[in-house]
Amino acid sequence: MSDSFVSVELRVNGVDYGLAVHPHRSLLDAVRDDVGLTGTKQGCDDCECGACMVLVDGRPVNSCSYLAVQAHGRELTTVEGLAADGEPSALQAALLEAGGVQCGFCTPGMLMSATALLEQNPSPTREEIVVGLGGNLCRCTGYGRIIEAVQRAAEGDG
Amino acid sequence: MSFEIARTVEQAVAAIAGGAVPVAGGSDLVVSSRHTGAPLPAAMVGIDRIPELQVVEATEAGIRIGATVTHASLMNDPTVVDGYTALADAAALVGSPATRNVGTIGGNVMNASPAMDTGAPLVVMGAQVELRSAAGVRQLPIGALWTAPRSTTARPDELCTAVLLPSPGDRCGSAYVRLEYRRAMEIAVVGAAAAVVLDDAGAVARARIALTAVAPTIVEVDAAGALTSGRVVDEELCAAVAAAAAERAEPIADLRAGAEYRRHTVGVMASRALDAAARRAGGEHIGVPVNRSTGIGAS
Repeated sequence: MSDSFVSVELRVNGVDYGLAVHPHRSLLDAVRDDVGLTGTKQGCDDCECGACMVLVDGRPVNSCSYLAVQAHGRELTTVEGLAADGEPSALQAALLEAGGVQCGFCTPGMLMSATALLEQNPSPTREEIVVGLGGNLCRCTGYGRIIEAVQRAAEGDG
Repeated sequence: MSFEIARTVEQAVAAIAGGAVPVAGGSDLVVSSRHTGAPLPAAMVGIDRIPELQVVEATEAGIRIGATVTHASLMNDPTVVDGYTALADAAALVGSPATRNVGTIGGNVMNASPAMDTGAPLVVMGAQVELRSAAGVRQLPIGALWTAPRSTTARPDELCTAVLLPSPGDRCGSAYVRLEYRRAMEIAVVGAAAAVVLDDAGAVARARIALTAVAPTIVEVDAAGALTSGRVVDEELCAAVAAAAAERAEPIADLRAGAEYRRHTVGVMASRALDAAARRAGGEHIGVPVNRSTGIGAS
C-alpha cells in the first residue's frame, strides 16, 4: 500500500538519497538494504552491541533501533565515509597498525564511535576513550589495542 | 501506517489526540517492541524537532527542562551540573554515548521504569511534570505520575512537554549513585539520590532521599527528613540513613540481584548519595558522575 511508505531524504557520506520507507523500518535496514552500504553491521539488533553505529548529524547513534523516518533530512556518516581519496583516515590506519582488528565485525561501529569522540575531543585521556567506546562490544581483542589505536590517532593528530 | 514529524507542540498534541504515539529518540519504544514482539504503533509522531522542547531554560522559580532534552545535553549543561548535579550524575550513567544522544528526559519519565537513573534525582529535587493535551496543560509532582512499572497517571492524549525543577537555593548539593556490574550499557541494580541543604553551622537543614529499582516505582525515603534534620552528615548518620532506606525498599529478586542483596545495597547507595550530596553542599567539588569520580561500581 502506497500510504504505508514515507518519503525520507538522507544525505549519506555527502551523497543525497531519496527513499520510500515503511515507518517501522530501522535506519540500519535502510542504510544496508535501501542505500546499499553494508559496512554498517547488524549485531544484537537490540541497542546493546554498537555494531550498527552510524553518525547522525555527527553524533553516534545505534541505527538498529533508530527509525529511518527519524533520520529524514539529517546527515549520516557510515564507515564507508571515513576514507578520503582511497586513503584510510588516520584512525583507520592506526587501528590496523595497532592490531585492533581481529574478526572485524565490531570494527565499523568502533570506528564511528571513535571518530565522533576524536572530533569532539582531539586529545582524549584513556578514561575518556573507554567512556567514548562504552557502547561498542568487541569479543576478540580485549579492547587494549583498540584503545591504543585511538590514542595513536589522537597523538598523530597533534 | 504513518509517521508525522511535528514542528510544534500543537501539531504533536493534535497527532496524539488522533491516536499517534510520540517518538523522541525511540530507544525505549523500538527496543521494547523487539523484546515483546509487539508491532510498533500504526501511527507515530516524531517530537524531536520541536525547538521549545529541546532547551533547558531558567524560569522565575527554577529551571524548565524541555521533554526532548537528551541525556548527553543534561550531563553537560552547566546549569544542570552546577545546581541540579544529581540529574547530571544520572544522565551521565545512562547507556552509552549513543544511548545518551537519543534518550530524552521526557522519554525516561513517561516510560516509568523503576530502574530509571534520572527518576530518583527528580524526586529529591522536587520536580513537577508538565503534561499538555488539546484540552490544556497541567502540572503534577513527579511522584504522582508513576503508578507501577511502565504505568503513569497521564492520559493517552497527553504529551509530556517539560520537567520543572525549583531553584535549589544556597548551600545545597545533590548526588545520584547506583550499583552496577559494568560501566556502560548498564541498568541500575539499585540506586539512590540525595538532595541536601546545609544550615550556616554545616548541619542538615533539609534532606531528601529517593531510591531506584527497589519498588514498583521510584520511591522516596520519607523518614530521611526527620532523621537528618539538624545533624551533621557523618558515619553514624549515614548508617542510620542506610537502615531507613533498606527498610523503605520493597525489592524483587530477579536475574540481576536477589531481594535481600538489593535491600542491603540500596542502603549503601543511599548513604553514599547522602555523603556526596552533603560534601557538594559544603562546596567540595565531586565530578559528574559520582560513580566514576569516587570509584563506586564497576571499575
